[in-house]
Amino acid sequence: MRKLILASAVALAALAPVAGHAAGGDSIFPMPPVKWSFSGPFGTYDRAAAQRGFQVFKEVCTACHSLSLVAYRNLTELGLTENQVKAIAAEYQVPDLNDEGQPIERPARLSDRFKKPFANDAAAAAANQGKAPPDLSLIVKARAGGADYTYALLVGYADYAKLSAEDKAKLDKQVQKASGDPKAKFEVTKDENFNKYFPGYKISMAAPLAADKVTYVDGTKATLEQLSADVTHFLAWASEPKLEDRKRTGVRVLLFLLVLTGLMYAVKRQVWADKH
Amino acid sequence: MVSSSTPAGAHGDPTRRDFLMVASGAMGAVGAAATAWPFINNLNPAADTLALASVEVNVSSLQVGQAITVKWRGKPVFIRRRTADEVKAAAAVKTSELPDPQADSARVKKDKAEWLVLVGVCTHLGCVPMGNKSGDLKGNFGGWFCPCHGSHYDTSGRIRKGPAPKNLEVPPYQFVSDTLVRIG
Amino acid sequence: MASQHGTPPVFSNKLVAWIDHRLPIFSYIEKEYHTFPMPRNVNYFWNFGAIATILLVLMIATGVVLATNYTAHVDFAFQSVERIDRDVAQGWLIRDLHMNGASFFFIAVYIHMFRGLYYGSYKAPRELLWILGVVILLLLMATAFMGYVLPWGQMSFWGATVITNLFSAIPVVGPSIVEWLWGGFAVENPTLNRFFALHYLLPFVIVGVVALHVVALHQHGSNNPLGIDPKGPQDTVPFHPYLTMKDGFGVMVFLLVFCAFVFFAPDYLGHPDNYVKADPLVTPPHIVPEWYFLPFYAILRAVPDKLGGVIAMFAAIAVLFILPWLDTSRVKSCTFRPIYKWFVFVLLIDCVILGFCGANPAEGFWVPLSQVATAYYFFHFLILLPVLGKIERPLPLPHSIADAVLKKKAG
Repeated sequence: MRKLILASAVALAALAPVAGHAAGGDSIFPMPPVKWSFSGPFGTYDRAAAQRGFQVFKEVCTACHSLSLVAYRNLTELGLTENQVKAIAAEYQVPDLNDEGQPIERPARLSDRFKKPFANDAAAAAANQGKAPPDLSLIVKARAGGADYTYALLVGYADYAKLSAEDKAKLDKQVQKASGDPKAKFEVTKDENFNKYFPGYKISMAAPLAADKVTYVDGTKATLEQLSADVTHFLAWASEPKLEDRKRTGVRVLLFLLVLTGLMYAVKRQVWADKH
Repeated sequence: MVSSSTPAGAHGDPTRRDFLMVASGAMGAVGAAATAWPFINNLNPAADTLALASVEVNVSSLQVGQAITVKWRGKPVFIRRRTADEVKAAAAVKTSELPDPQADSARVKKDKAEWLVLVGVCTHLGCVPMGNKSGDLKGNFGGWFCPCHGSHYDTSGRIRKGPAPKNLEVPPYQFVSDTLVRIG
Repeated sequence: MASQHGTPPVFSNKLVAWIDHRLPIFSYIEKEYHTFPMPRNVNYFWNFGAIATILLVLMIATGVVLATNYTAHVDFAFQSVERIDRDVAQGWLIRDLHMNGASFFFIAVYIHMFRGLYYGSYKAPRELLWILGVVILLLLMATAFMGYVLPWGQMSFWGATVITNLFSAIPVVGPSIVEWLWGGFAVENPTLNRFFALHYLLPFVIVGVVALHVVALHQHGSNNPLGIDPKGPQDTVPFHPYLTMKDGFGVMVFLLVFCAFVFFAPDYLGHPDNYVKADPLVTPPHIVPEWYFLPFYAILRAVPDKLGGVIAMFAAIAVLFILPWLDTSRVKSCTFRPIYKWFVFVLLIDCVILGFCGANPAEGFWVPLSQVATAYYFFHFLILLPVLGKIERPLPLPHSIADAVLKKKAG
């Protein structure tokens, strides 16, 4: 048994190098505190928050960002009824072909994936200063720091000029370290936006959210933090719609394995009883 | 543990050992079966496939005497808005004289005799019969004609002549509204 | 030990006896997995062969099912993997098992190898057994590398680009070899197609080599923590039920840890950038291979010359092939090697340090650290091992396994 513990320690030591990058977020600013209902081994998505988040996404994000891996039918998983989702889908015209093979536009159906704001990446780039806004289907999984980072980014817009001298000095130092030029200064041009958590602290997307940018249908007060947390909740769901399935199955599997492992240990002891 | 106080007896205790063996064996078997399920289930139709398992068709633009073909579960479905004469002809046939006896009224929705919805796959060997487009051959009975082996279907989609054994299948469908048909 | 030619077993079941007379599979199982004599003192480190076998089966089973839903085309690969995660019935489970299974396969294999290193399992007459094991490691690396390309994320694409470009370091023919590997002028659709084909093929080659590995193992039987041969029945136990039950327990503990990752941290061992679809025009700021390649990646970067780095990386594995002849000690197990045993742990720490070096950008103190660690790696195998074997005075070996077991019990 002692050896077994040693073996596990060896395994963990081998895994340790990964821990560094998984932690994510090496901003000089402390991450804003936020708690998610979907974290932890029993976590689930908060349907109300995700529905509000969808409203934010629909009214704000979707103007530039696609959500190409999610279909309208998936929205029923957030607690919307089939008829509600059908009505949402019907608001969008999606390209299709008619019987004669001519391109037409028809109202979206449940089975359609979310309509993209631009016909293709090139069109998206052309409309956004040369860089296509990223698809948001996997954004929470595709960034180190996950939902915490996404949330931080959304609330992390600030006026560079109003930063403390100490913070400005820290930013200068980072630039100097990266460029090797001891006199380099951190600067934000007028096409860029200062963000405390974006790598490099400069992001081309202007602050997308502000208090009362969206009027919630459920009457929740739309502060910047509320809007950001809700849309992050929605995007976390979009990144991993099967999260609840995974955790639920996981709890059962681990309990089962624990019992079977205990039994196997007893069997092994019994079998070896006369040999030790 | 009981055995720790009487080690000598525990070694030879066949009941306890058998119980442990049977219990862990049974659990192992349950675990193996439970593990097998995701592998089998994985090959079932996926959610995006199932989402296409029913289609809704707007038939408002269809004139009397016209037909359209829509794709449902990878197969063609014929929707025909029959003329009064066609309905009358279909109803007039004596069912006892048919190879696959079935009344026309059993093949359409109540009060919707005008509308005929069929899976457009010949029951002989799976070809798609002609007769749905205006210029098509419609066979000897004014319905459909399968060019592969010469099966003739009537205006109710019933087999009348040729090698096909069964009438054209009627898929599950319902009228969501007067002009919207949901197939599947 | 294995080739004890006694009377063949008699089977009471008539059908079994009939089949066995014509196709002796039951005799084989009886001999190799029931009565097969195992040293009675093997410890839990001897579970990792069985654990690796279970993982090989799991990887092939999940892999075949995944392949039924995967599309090997640059335009569809990324979406098809996401479709498995989102739409395919329990597809997320199969993919998480496969994805984490790769990592845990390496964990099992690396522990298995260090076990062999510590207890001298590579020494005569088990040299070919060890070499077959190194062949399995190489095949495993190739399979894992190509598998990582299939989801066609950013790390997939740039990992494939960087690793295939290693071959461009070969003088004269290098660039031609790289184009041959790619089937084009960059990592593109033909590359993805052939990687998929080979990723499907290689596991079955691994199965074949594993079979040879087992044949070689059963020729002289398992080594044990004392590194001395069993002298008779008092030193051994039959494989079943002793080792089957012990392996069963070990496998369960391993699965417990494995499942904890699969269900509660499936992406912990992966990289977020691989959830961004491959873009041949944008390289992510920090490319790292999967964790199990990090030590080798560190060795590659430690040498400040392109060709030199590639040679060093391949030499790091090549040196394992000649390991049996580098060790000059007359005892197998480190239990009786008072000096060398500490150096095995130093090597382990060295490999972990190399792992950290590989995970971090090649700048600052990581550069000299990776160079020192690389130097130690080769020093260990090429100088320390041959020299220490000559000058180290081993502790006295016990008379027999049974003796040692009894003494331990008494003490």
